[in-house]
Amino acid sequence: MTANNIPAIEIQNLDFNYGSREPTLTDVNLRIEEGEFASIIGPNGGGKTTLLKLILGVLEPRRGSIRVLGMEPKKALPRIGVMPQHSSTDPLFPIRVIDVVLMGRLAPGRRAGPFRSKDRSEAEDVLGRVGISHLATRAFSDLSGGERQRVLLARALVSRPRLLLLDEPEAGLDRKVEQEFFDLLHELNRDTTIILISHDLGFVASFVQTVICVHNTVDVHPMSSLNGEMIQDLYGSDVHLVHHDRHVH
Amino acid sequence: MSFFHSLLAFPFLQHALLAGILASIGAGVVGSLVVVRRTASVAGAIAHCVLGGLGAARYLQVVHHVSWADPMAGAVIAALIAALVISATSRGGEREDTVIAAIWAIGMAIGLLFIAATPGYSQDLMSYLFGNILLVRSIDLWIMGGLDVLVLVFVIARFPELQALCFDEEYARLRGLPTRHLSLMLHILTALTVVLLVSVVGIVLVIALLTLPVAVAGRFSLTLKKMMILGALLSMIFTSGGLALSFRPDLPAGATTILLAGFVYLIVRLIPAGILVRRDR
Repeated sequence: MTANNIPAIEIQNLDFNYGSREPTLTDVNLRIEEGEFASIIGPNGGGKTTLLKLILGVLEPRRGSIRVLGMEPKKALPRIGVMPQHSSTDPLFPIRVIDVVLMGRLAPGRRAGPFRSKDRSEAEDVLGRVGISHLATRAFSDLSGGERQRVLLARALVSRPRLLLLDEPEAGLDRKVEQEFFDLLHELNRDTTIILISHDLGFVASFVQTVICVHNTVDVHPMSSLNGEMIQDLYGSDVHLVHHDRHVH
Repeated sequence: MSFFHSLLAFPFLQHALLAGILASIGAGVVGSLVVVRRTASVAGAIAHCVLGGLGAARYLQVVHHVSWADPMAGAVIAALIAALVISATSRGGEREDTVIAAIWAIGMAIGLLFIAATPGYSQDLMSYLFGNILLVRSIDLWIMGGLDVLVLVFVIARFPELQALCFDEEYARLRGLPTRHLSLMLHILTALTVVLLVSVVGIVLVIALLTLPVAVAGRFSLTLKKMMILGALLSMIFTSGGLALSFRPDLPAGATTILLAGFVYLIVRLIPAGILVRRDR
């Protein structure tokens, strides 16, 4: 990436808080280039998910500016794929895999009525890309944890986003399934910028280029500047991150 | 005379049968959304507020001779007000079940006051609370048909959005969908459907007819759409069956309908899920 390209995300001097409470994020400056694979880590309550919502335009900053793909966050929304924490879905819901994926085609201002055939062909296509075409007409509630994560990833990808945001997608997966999931992300990274909120850098460490530590403010570490021991520290436990040593820069 | 002979002979019975079928369309479609979104208590609160509307309309008609104050109009207005108030008050961080319980009781109390102030109240009260499907007029059928059309048009137009809201509200919000407006629309759809059902089974039994047929349907349905269609069909069977079973022994039709639905629901609950649903593989 050359320096004069439009960055995927550019945040300048951003402050945010929820109402009267203590500031959640203070003086955030962040630049992520297109094509990067960045991982956001940090303690619970440190503002990781808040940062994600600011990038999506669901929350507005108190101060400072955010540009996503060179646009206002709300305008960039159709070009962003998002995978929230998986606990938000209802496991008893009567729905097929293909219908879950189609939800990714929803956007404000969609024409009334059922989904178009274009939406359906995109949904079938993306199921192939994440390797679960055979599950299309299965009940979502019948799937294993790893299969569900792939469905939710397909839902995030079905709008053909340039930027993919994932909030702890590995939660509840066993190590083998997690490894396969991150291999798939690595492949997708060839034509999509990826920002991954994670509590565990283990599997992504080999292809993450940037580590963003969020703990009320934001520190950016190029992955290459971190040595093995520091990585160990970063993903070893959240507690390490609260007091994490600024000398790592 | 058997039920079927009577059905041919008496228009009031034909009206009753048609009322059950019209109410079942709303019950299947909106009932499915209410069940998957777990808002049956919102429907219950709206139903009890309808007593306020029915009571006020009857009071205006009988005491003040206001001719336009039809009970059906009163029911629609009260249900819509209840839906708006529940949406507005459950937003500010107040515990939602407390708000719902308050609206439930306030609506009922308003109804009781109006009925007490209206001469000849006791018979009205019974038919409002427990329904009297045999009293359905042809104008009511037209209104019910109109409410069904409204509900169907909106649900068909916004089915994907409503499904996303019920399945994963957080995702819908992150995708920039107007989740508050959709949620309000769902409350309004619930209100219109409650009015449909009050004519058939009465206020107290509305929640049962809104949830039992779709709960049975849910055990056989892989998709929300199937749950809606099958729920509506089952509801038609229960309302028609309730009417037929209650006719000869002169039992209350609403209660018979609900017992029939409740009995089928319990039987289906007792059968293991694996036997019922053949998942598409």
